Parts: sequence; structure tokens; C-alpha cells
Amino acid sequence: MLQIDLWKRLLIWTTVAVGLVLALPNLFYPRVEQHNDAVAAIELSGESPELLEQVSGWPSFLPSGLVNLGLDLRGGAHLLAEVQVQDVYAARLEALWPEVRDVLRPERDTVGTIRLQPSAEGELRVRISQPEGMERALELVRGLAQPVVSLTGAMSNDLDVVADGSDIVVTLSEAEQIATDERTMQQSLEIIRRRIDEVGTREPTIQRQGSDRILIQVPGIGSAAELKEIIGTTAQLTFQPVIGRSDDANTSPGVGNEVLPSLDENGIFYVLEQAPVVTGEELVDAQPSFDQNGRPAVNFRFNPTGARKFGDYTAANIGNPFAIVLDEEVISAPVIQSHIPGGSGIITGNFTVEESTQLAVLLRAGALPAGLEFLEERTIGPELGQDSIDAGRIATLVAFVGVLAFMALSYGLFGVFANIALVINIGLIFGLLSLIGATLTLPGIAGIVLTVGMAVDANVLIFERIREELKTAKGPARAIELGYEKALSAILDANITTFITAVILFVMGSGPVRGFAITLGLGILTSVFTAIFVTRLLIVIWFERRRPKTIEV
Amino acid sequence: MRLRLVKENTNFDFFNRWKLWFGISAFLMVLSFGSFLLQGLNYGIDFRGGTTIRTESPLPVDVGVYRDAISALDLGDITISEVFDPSFGPEQNVAMVRIQAQDGEEAVSTDVIAAVEAALVEVRPDIKFVSVESVGPKVSGELIQTAAIAVVLAIGAVLIYIWLRFEWQFALGAVLALVHDVILTIGIFSELQIKFDLAIIAALLTIVGYSLNDTVVVFDRVRENLIKYKKKDLKEVLNISINETLSRTFMTSATTLVALIALFVLGGDVIRGFVFAMIWGVIVGTYSSIFVASAILLWLGVKRDWTKPTDTTGNQFANVDA
Repeated sequence: MLQIDLWKRLLIWTTVAVGLVLALPNLFYPRVEQHNDAVAAIELSGESPELLEQVSGWPSFLPSGLVNLGLDLRGGAHLLAEVQVQDVYAARLEALWPEVRDVLRPERDTVGTIRLQPSAEGELRVRISQPEGMERALELVRGLAQPVVSLTGAMSNDLDVVADGSDIVVTLSEAEQIATDERTMQQSLEIIRRRIDEVGTREPTIQRQGSDRILIQVPGIGSAAELKEIIGTTAQLTFQPVIGRSDDANTSPGVGNEVLPSLDENGIFYVLEQAPVVTGEELVDAQPSFDQNGRPAVNFRFNPTGARKFGDYTAANIGNPFAIVLDEEVISAPVIQSHIPGGSGIITGNFTVEESTQLAVLLRAGALPAGLEFLEERTIGPELGQDSIDAGRIATLVAFVGVLAFMALSYGLFGVFANIALVINIGLIFGLLSLIGATLTLPGIAGIVLTVGMAVDANVLIFERIREELKTAKGPARAIELGYEKALSAILDANITTFITAVILFVMGSGPVRGFAITLGLGILTSVFTAIFVTRLLIVIWFERRRPKTIEV
Repeated sequence: MRLRLVKENTNFDFFNRWKLWFGISAFLMVLSFGSFLLQGLNYGIDFRGGTTIRTESPLPVDVGVYRDAISALDLGDITISEVFDPSFGPEQNVAMVRIQAQDGEEAVSTDVIAAVEAALVEVRPDIKFVSVESVGPKVSGELIQTAAIAVVLAIGAVLIYIWLRFEWQFALGAVLALVHDVILTIGIFSELQIKFDLAIIAALLTIVGYSLNDTVVVFDRVRENLIKYKKKDLKEVLNISINETLSRTFMTSATTLVALIALFVLGGDVIRGFVFAMIWGVIVGTYSSIFVASAILLWLGVKRDWTKPTDTTGNQFANVDA
């Protein structure tokens, strides 16, 4: 007989209710968006009456997740950049020449004179005048190599040193190239992220793609050219003397000083001398490490001129704080513990390991480590995005009404049940999209419209089957039951195959196409759920109340 | 009164001229292929690199004036076309300007775009550039490769799934129907020279999904009827199955078409090509599930002893309809 256990009923209704509540914020898009922005703003910089009012525009006990709108709907810029990772090899090898010279010089008796040769890209070529001493020379140069841990875990050296006639040829080993690429990519990502965060747009997407590409999507920005400019500016790292600390942004700094906000501590400002002691241009390296007490810290090293300036300053200012400033924000302001003569030092603070790693990246990240080549750029104006949203909304509505009318005309009361399920279905799609924070694109809207058309398929299969069973079977209850039972295999097969293509689209596709794959895939899931469970439940409830002797489908 | 697209208890013979339908399908496929070889597809910048600029101006679009303004810059092949859409207001005159990828340049040049925009502003001071898209040849090459792989993968995955669920004859029939649909869709895009871009690939895969959906529903019924009518010959069983599912086939195609046509008319010009591909795919897919997929089944023959239909389908879905 037609029966559904109470717990199943509750489960179905709960799922529907949760889905619909999750979808609810999207009906009040501007208000919820304002609420979310205000909440984020309060977290960042404290409360203010307007912000609090905006927050109260949406009750906090309701979910506030929204469907993100894709660039094609909101307008903005999209860039695909290729990082020229090889740039870094050349710089590395260039820097190696003095070291090679220094290590060979004491052995001049064996190797003769040493001369740098014009080198092809990616190699360092050094000629010695006494090729007999080549073996010794190679041994010495190989001594410069450092071990690297490659991805496979095997240890290898970072330099490959070979002899070519009377030339010593130094190249970066494959393991070192991979490691360098990885570092270059991370630095580039970090720098680009910081640059874009400074502009303060909502929800930028900065993603690594493949081994050497970065995808950058910024909604609301005027053009791709503008975005390129933002990314292109170099970071300004400075070390500046600290005069004082304040929680008032309007403190008057005095002549030759400036007030800069702290990066980590909200509402804290530093008064600094404007003239930096040393700038980031003189920094040659920064690495995450640990201090004597085993707390995370960051090691850094200056070049000789930077080292001298830094040494002199620290000697004269023991016990005073000095500030490390990146792009007009104070990263940290440690107190100088002792004279730091060698040009290398350690920054300690309340760091976690992640923070110290990040700080090291930031310090190294003075400027982009390698050039960017732009492979793809798109600008979508906000008007076009709005037009697309409006068109999509009307089209969805008309499609929706058309399908609803069609179903009601074809299947009568059962059609109405299917229509209720269809409405729930659309709600569930939006609920799921908000839940996973998916992005809705224009093809994504097409996916929803297509789902509206196809979602009824499962119900059509069932209703047609019930009609057939009614001709032969033993009363309406049995016909409904058989209808569901026998249609199930066709429904599953048909939807699984479509789902397979949605998954392939998602994996292989990018951007808007992926948005389409998401809505199509979610649409299949929700439509199967609503057809198999929700309409059935509706029909069962109706059947229990009415107990009709005959039914017409 | 109920709306009935197909009257009850139809009894059409779909296979008395199956060779003719085969012939027509084969002919259309050859035609599509010929058109593809002779004319080629009108690839969008996604697939061949270049730049498109969408302009909007209160003044009517004058393609000649635009062309003269841009051709002074010597940028090679330029296409300018006016875009029409019922949703545009009287002050909205939209044109698409397409510039080919510049020789020897991998990356997109901001200078070129800026120069074109400046040239257009000179002849139409109030022109707006509502979207600018640029794709370098490197990426476009990869995109076309990925797209082709995606379509082949989808068809392959489907082949395996149907083979597991049914029999190899069913899988072959379904997949040939899919190939038929994809080729005819590419054919019409080539014949009508509609812009073929990344979104069309998404549409192609959706067509694959839809057509399959349709085919699978028919096949599911065929399998059921093969067990039910052990004595009847295959042609009769196929005819019964198609007739029984005909009402559903038309209902689903109709609701899907209602939704798609709404999108085609009202959804704006940006996705019109994409929606057109899907509408075409729904029609072709419905046709092919009967006249290609089922006909192939008839042609290949199929095993008739289905007393234990699940024996050969050793997978987790095998017992859903038990």
C-alpha cells in the first residue's frame, strides 16, 4: 500500500525547509548583501551607528549566505596571467658569479685565471685558463651547491655543475627549478593578493591555475587595464624608526613624521619617522625560522650597504622599537634587543608558524619576483551584467510559468503536485548554491532554465507510468505505487547519464561553463529528490485524506 | 479536458522505413561534415585568439564608419557586426568589433585595445565599451583541445555506463545517436556561421546529456518489454516500447522547449547562440533516440533471453528495478 513512514516524512520536510531557508536571503539580495558587508566592516574596523543599522536590516538568526554573482552578471575584470618563472633562474645565476669567483680565486695556481663568459639563458659559464685544473675547479664550485628537498622527497643539490672544454657551466638542477618555480608562484600569488586587497573590492578571486598561471577576477573594477596597473605596482618595504603608538588615526605626527595603521591590530596606529633607515630594495633574503626560545620568527638579510646602515642604526637605538612597514601599513614593530652588525637579523613577535612563513614571504615579496604575461583578459561592464540579470530573470519567470501551465493542463491535480515540487526544486537549487558559495553565471541561469524544463521529466515519467498502470492494475493506490516503482530505473539511468556529463563539464570547463555545470548538476540532484520524494509525499498525503475510488492522471 | 500531445494508445510503425531514416541521417551527417570542411566553424575568440569589443551608442551603428576608423590602425582582419535584440531600448545601438590576434604577440596588448577604443571614440564621441574580451593564441589553442577532450570523454563515459547497465548493442546505439547529434549540431553552426565559442561546447555536452536521457528512457522500456514479450520479434517490441514512451518523450521535449524558447526570446543576445544550440539539440536528440539509437538496435539485434536481466549488469545500480 501507499505508505511513507513518519520519520521519512519528517526528513523530507526538514530537507525542504532547510533548503528553502538557505535560499531565502537571495530574495532580499541587496539588503542581505549590505548586511554582510556591514558585518565584515565591523569586524575590520569597529562599530559605527550606520553599520549597525545596516546589520539590523537582516535578522542575524537567519542564514545570510548568498549566491555569488559571476563577473558576467556583476561586471568586472578577469585576467589570466602567466608568471615568467624563468626570470628567476637568470637572477639566481647572476648572483652566483661572485661566489664562484671567490671560491676559485684562492686556487689560482691550479685553475689559472677565471673569467665570466657570455652565457646562454639559464646557465652561468665561467672560463678557466688552465683546463688541467678543471677537476679541482668543478669540485670547488660543486661545494657551493645546497641540498634541496624535491617533491618526491629525494635529496638532491640545487646546482648542476659540468665542464665544457675549458668552461665550467653551472645550471639550476631540475629539483631546484621546481622548488624555485613553486616559491616564485607563491610569492606572486601573495603579492597580487595584497595588491588587490588594498583596493578593497568585494570577493576577488585569485587562483593558481596549473603550474605557472594565475587567474584573477575582480568584480566591480572598471577595466582589465586598471586591474593590470594595480597588480603592476611594486611593493614598498621600509624599516622606519618609531616615535610613538596611538589608537587615534588623527594624531598629529609632527614635522617629518607620519601616522600609519597597524596591519594586525585593529585601531592601532604608529607614529613613524618618514625617512626610512633601510628599504626593501636592500633586503636580499627572508626565511621563516625560530628564535632561541623556539618561537616562530623570521630571519632576514641585507646587502652590504643595507647591512651597514642597519648595523649603525641598531647600535645607536638598543631598546627602541623600529617598524617594518609594507605599503603604508606596519607589519610589526619589534624592539631592538642588541646591535645587529652582520646585516642579518631576526624578527620575533607573537607569530604562529603560518604567520612567520607569511611574513617571510611578504618580506621577500618586495616586488613581483618575475614578470607577468597576460594570456587572457576580459572586461564586462556593469550595465551589461545588469542587462543580463534582468533578461535572465524575465526568461526564467516566463519559462517557469510556461512549464507550470503546461504541466497543470496535462496532468490536472497531479500536475499541480509536480508544480509545487518544481517550485521547491528551484528553491533548493538556490539554497544549495548559497550553501556551497557557488558562483552564478549567465550560462548558469541557462542551466537553471534548462533544469526547469527537464526537472519535470522525472514526474512525467512517473505520471505516464501511473496512467499505464491504471489501465491494467488493481485500483488507484496500487497504480500509483507501481508507477513510482517501475519508473524509478528509467529516472535514475536518465539522470545519472546527464549527471556524468555535468561532472565532466565541471572538471574540464572553466569560468562561465563551470557555472553552468554546477547549476545543471545541482538541478539534477534536486529534481530527482523532489520527484521521487516530494511529489510522492504530496500524492500520498492527498490520497490518505481523500481516499478516491478512481483517479485521473 | 486534459492536454494530450500524443493521443492514447498510439500504434505507429517507426521501422517500416527505417532504412530511409538511416539514409536521411547519414546524408545530413555527410552534409554537416562537408560544411564543416568547406566553410569551417565561425570560431569565437575563445578558440582562435583575438579581441572582441562590445560597443553601445545612442546613435545608430554605422559599420562602414567603424571599419574606416579601425582599419587605419592596420590590425589585420576585423569583423564588425551589429547586434539586435528585442530588449534593447531605442538609445541602445550595439555592435561587436572583433580583431584578430596580432602576429607575434602571445599576450594580449593593452595598447591595441586602447588604440581601437580611441579610434572609435573619435568617430562616435558618446560610444561606450560595455565589454572587452581578449584571448591570446596560446590559451585559445589549449581551450579548443580541452573542449574536444571534454566531448570525447563525455561520450566515452556514457558508452561505458550504458554498456554496464544494458548490453553492448544498446551502448553502441546510444553513442552513435550522440555522435549523430553532435555532428548535426556542429553542422548547423558551420552552415549558418553562428559564433562557436566555449559556451557552445557546454551546450554540446548538454545535448549529449539530453539526447542520452531520451535514449535511455526508450531503452529502459525496450529492456522491460523484451522480458515481457518473449515471443514477439524485435521490431515489434521496439515499436511497442517507443509507442508506450511516446507520450512522455513529447511531454518532456515540450516542457524543455517551452523553457528554452523563453530563454531564446527573452534571455538576451549574449547567450542566444548557446540556447539555439540547445533547442536544436533537443529536437535532434528526440529524433535520434528513435530513428538512430533504436534503429541501430534493430539492425544489430539483441540477445533475447532476459530471464535474469541483472546477471550481465554486475554493478551497484543493477537491482533498482528488481
